[in-house]
Amino acid sequence: MIESTLKSVVWSVQEYTIYTWRAVLCLFSPPVYWTDTLVQADTIGAGSALIVALTGFFLGAVLALESDSLLAGFGATGYMGRFVGMTLLIELGPVLTGIIVAGRNASTMASELGSMVVTEQVDAMSSLGVDPVRKLVTPRLVATMVTLPLLTLVADAFGLVGGGWISIVRLNIPWHKYLTDAYATAGWPDVIEGLIKPVVFAFILASDGCFYGMRTTGGAEGVSRSTIQAVVTSSVLILFADFLISRIMIQLFP
Amino acid sequence: MSDASFLSPARCPEPSDGTPPVVCFSNVYISFLGPAVLADLSFTVAPQETRILLGPAGVGKSVLLKLAMGLLRPSHGSIRLLGNEVTAMTEEELFPLRARTGMVFQESALFDSLSVRDNVAYQLIQARVPDEEIDQRVREALRFVELERTFDMFPGDLSGGMKRRVAIARALIRQPELILYDSPTGGLDPVTSTTIIELVMKQRDVYRTPSIMVTHRVQDAFMLCTHRFDTGVGHMVPLPKGETDPNTTFLMLDQGRMIFDGSLHELLHTEDPFVREFLE
Repeated sequence: MIESTLKSVVWSVQEYTIYTWRAVLCLFSPPVYWTDTLVQADTIGAGSALIVALTGFFLGAVLALESDSLLAGFGATGYMGRFVGMTLLIELGPVLTGIIVAGRNASTMASELGSMVVTEQVDAMSSLGVDPVRKLVTPRLVATMVTLPLLTLVADAFGLVGGGWISIVRLNIPWHKYLTDAYATAGWPDVIEGLIKPVVFAFILASDGCFYGMRTTGGAEGVSRSTIQAVVTSSVLILFADFLISRIMIQLFP
Repeated sequence: MSDASFLSPARCPEPSDGTPPVVCFSNVYISFLGPAVLADLSFTVAPQETRILLGPAGVGKSVLLKLAMGLLRPSHGSIRLLGNEVTAMTEEELFPLRARTGMVFQESALFDSLSVRDNVAYQLIQARVPDEEIDQRVREALRFVELERTFDMFPGDLSGGMKRRVAIARALIRQPELILYDSPTGGLDPVTSTTIIELVMKQRDVYRTPSIMVTHRVQDAFMLCTHRFDTGVGHMVPLPKGETDPNTTFLMLDQGRMIFDGSLHELLHTEDPFVREFLE
């Protein structure tokens, strides 16, 4: 039982590695399907912008609201801008955007590709001489890796606005102090960390969504299983990668 | 001892008349983490030959077609397609080879987000053929399957039989060197099945493209063997009594093994109890 489970895990990791490597290599040889990439960027980027903005706004607002009493205990309410800005930039902005986009788009990728697999559309594509990895996976991977950092910036910006709204209206912190504080605290290492994370998270969620979609078996039930696996695995891996990147950045920029 | 270990070294035989077969399976064995799905499988498809693959459901007929296209890899054995050793080719090398063949899938496998025009023209669009030429060739292909009116429709608007006919048009549009039909009449009513078989026959008798047709419907197989497409009258007509199409022959699978390879006459007179039971 344990042996077969371990074998199955090793087999899956091997399959995933080979398949993502192929998807990346497809970028460096023709044909590259740029039109499909733009369509995916529109679906993933523009399609997720509103939900990401709203999430960012309320996240910033609740951060300010909840941390008020904590900071007041140290007489540090004036540092609200710093607290909200840093938390959003290096941690909650990338992670929550990653998880929201995983929920919205990794699931879409898995179910879309899974449906194509079980109805033999992927085999049909291969039989017509078109590489499904090149046509279906690479555009989704590239589009997600380009749009997720932009979506994270949207979440960060709206988070600052949300935090600012509570800080200014409820806590009576002057807006220029809130913004100056938030802006001045962030150094280059924080900006780099805040931008590396979404790129890594994008790779994880897109490759995961496509991987589970492309290995779907067993009809409608199989599609639903792949969708769940894609969302659960990519969410857990995003949190794990977040921990690793944070650890590395602390090591590099103590 | 594994099922594969007794097999002789895989190699396709040299043709006696110098004409290489379009497809050649030699000692092919495949399993999916369990017992063999296909074992010790050897057969050829000659130029202009139509091979009808019979067998009950779940016996590995669709797997055989996917092996021929390189969509699956055998655990052992040799598969040659259009002179290329499929088992030795990389995935990237296989795409141009597959583009020279056509395949009609069991459930049509049309791209449901694309129109009938874009489905049929899929290969031409990828090859960046000009739009005017695409439209003309798509209309020709749809005219062949008598569905020109569906040009702007989507797969969701078509009946099961119409989807199969569009799938046939998609497979034929680049005049492939081999066509594989995976149960093209499965799940269809008798009238629609006859229409599909007539199209398969039309393709066989007009273009002379070699093909493998998988089916478990004996009546379809016999009709293909005992009729020809008359281009003069525009439909199929029976061959004279006692005559059969010499280029249409039969293969039969049971439990992953080839149990019959021969003509209709040989099929009808075989002593194999399973074949007799299947035919009856």
